[in-house]
Amino acid sequence: MTEPMTGIATTQVTKAYPGSERPAVDDVSLHIADGEFMTFLGPSGSGKTTMLSMIAGFTPLSAGSITVDGREISRLKPHRRDLGVVFQQYALFPHLSVARNVAFGLTQRKRPKAEIDRRVGEVLEMVGLSGVRERFPRQLSGGQQQRVALARAVAYEPRALLLDEPLAALDKRLRDQLQREIAHMHRELGMTFLFVTHDQQEALTLSDRIAVFNEGRIEQLGTPAELYERPGTLFVAQFLGESNALRLRPGEVTIVRPERVTLHTGTESVAAGQQRRSATVTDVVYVGDHSRIWLRYADGARGCAVLGAGTTHEHRPGSEVVVAWHPEHEAVVPDAEGNPK
Amino acid sequence: MGERTLGWGLRLWVTLVGLLLVAPTLIVIPMSFGAGSTFRFPPEHWSLHWYAEFFTSKQWLASLANSLQVGLLAAALATVLGTAAAFGIDRARFRARGVLRQLLMAPMILPGIVVAVAIYGVFLRWQLNGTMLGFVLAHTVLGVPFVITSVQTSLAHYDPTMEKAAACLGAGRFSTLRRIVLPLIAPGCVSGFVFAFATSFDEVVIALFLQTPDIKTLPVKMYESIVLEIDPTIAAASSLIVVLTTVLLLVPQFLRRRSHHD
Ligand SMILES: Nc1ncnc2c1ncn2[C@@H]1O[C@H](COP(=O)(O)OP(=O)(O)O)[C@@H](O)[C@H]1O
Ligand SMILES: [Mg+2]
Repeated sequence: MTEPMTGIATTQVTKAYPGSERPAVDDVSLHIADGEFMTFLGPSGSGKTTMLSMIAGFTPLSAGSITVDGREISRLKPHRRDLGVVFQQYALFPHLSVARNVAFGLTQRKRPKAEIDRRVGEVLEMVGLSGVRERFPRQLSGGQQQRVALARAVAYEPRALLLDEPLAALDKRLRDQLQREIAHMHRELGMTFLFVTHDQQEALTLSDRIAVFNEGRIEQLGTPAELYERPGTLFVAQFLGESNALRLRPGEVTIVRPERVTLHTGTESVAAGQQRRSATVTDVVYVGDHSRIWLRYADGARGCAVLGAGTTHEHRPGSEVVVAWHPEHEAVVPDAEGNPK
Repeated sequence: MGERTLGWGLRLWVTLVGLLLVAPTLIVIPMSFGAGSTFRFPPEHWSLHWYAEFFTSKQWLASLANSLQVGLLAAALATVLGTAAAFGIDRARFRARGVLRQLLMAPMILPGIVVAVAIYGVFLRWQLNGTMLGFVLAHTVLGVPFVITSVQTSLAHYDPTMEKAAACLGAGRFSTLRRIVLPLIAPGCVSGFVFAFATSFDEVVIALFLQTPDIKTLPVKMYESIVLEIDPTIAAASSLIVVLTTVLLLVPQFLRRRSHHD
């Protein structure tokens, strides 16, 4: 493989904190293409923040290298890396007005005053906060503060924007709204975004590609659809969305997503060539645009089926059903001890 | 908000206790404006005689100058050391940091005479007794705990992530210190400086041990003037100290108000 020239590349990056048994980040190599929206997704403690913080320059590497556009940066101080970072807790400067917070990166770069004024106006406009230039951070709501932090981090047009769980401190409605705004900013700016989250919905919605982290390693790297439809490991299958995980052969688990199964009251209606298993309905949840039918298979495994709105069905908790799917919708992954959930 | 207003009975009580604590100190002020050659409250005739006496006496003025010099230098040194110590204690994760903090706070808790004897003993060996440097160092030790306490209070509302944010925005260490860290902890540093200065300015026990005929601080000069010759100039000196320290101690209050309101 040849060294990719543009974008951010990490090669065999490892971080072992002194005194801990296993490395927080373990031999991670990946390439984030120019302009890509890359997400690190994984449970808490899987090493996402550590990885982001090594790229930003806050945490020294134990081994490996990081390059931006082919240039080695792993020994540069953070203020020489030309990256923007957004933190979960905003980290705005409380003694500076919104405008001066946003201008900070430009002032550090000694840009002319007129350019700073123009640019601050532009980015505040982009996040819809033109009206609060002279306010102070404590006079803003959480959502507004995070918008200011976003504006501050892109104002000086850094090489890439790193975001560490930027929405985790906000309530659900605001989170959805800011998610859309971040997606919009990414399209508008064409900048490389590296987004860290433990929320699979967020990752699936926003990303061009997702790197699923588990215990300091990348479990799988791919587009949202690839990860969802073709999970490579049991961990990925269970971390991203619901699934029917069936142990049909020893050493293997067959994964079928809830949208890919159909439910039948008898075997007659099942088309030829389809896989089938019998199960018991344990719960029926109506969510408006679809219904979720929770299942238990004969071997005790739990599963789920999704029926679109408009499907009439007679399934009640306790009813016996036949679950059927087409073999091409199966993903077969190695069986692994240890369950992520 | 209800629990923040006091009932009338309690208000009366608080006023009474306050008066009892402050009254003896305040009596000295009218006394200092008396015209007689002895202490009298209230004075029969009023005059600025004792102030004239104070501000024309070489000895009194020299001691005032000494006190101001020691106080300012010691407060400045204590502010630098105490701020660094407060940061260290706040950031460090080693096990001995509790012990370290107690050690640095000790001069505030130990009886003054114990500290004085200890410092006198050590300074005797280092030949610092009776030197300006000696006074400054001794009073710095007394001032450091005040600075640590007040800087720690400002650090409690301080998010270290801001330093990371400043770094990736392009600010080096010095720039971050100057534009982010110092402005945010400045109120704590100023309070600490003021407390350290006030402590030094009216400190008498250590200053008595360290004094020489050449270097005397104002409180030591006052002590002597009471022991040797009772002279109402001391009332003028006391009034000056009371007014000066009161004004100084209001500075942090004022700063805090302002930083909450703007
Ligand atoms: N400063 C540190 N010192 C020691 N261990 C740390 C430090 N920061 C993180 N860790 C450990 O490294 C692992 C990964 O942490 P982190 O990168 O914060 O995970 P995530 O962001 O995915 O939740 C965890 O086991 C955590 O306890
Ligand atoms: Mg994290």
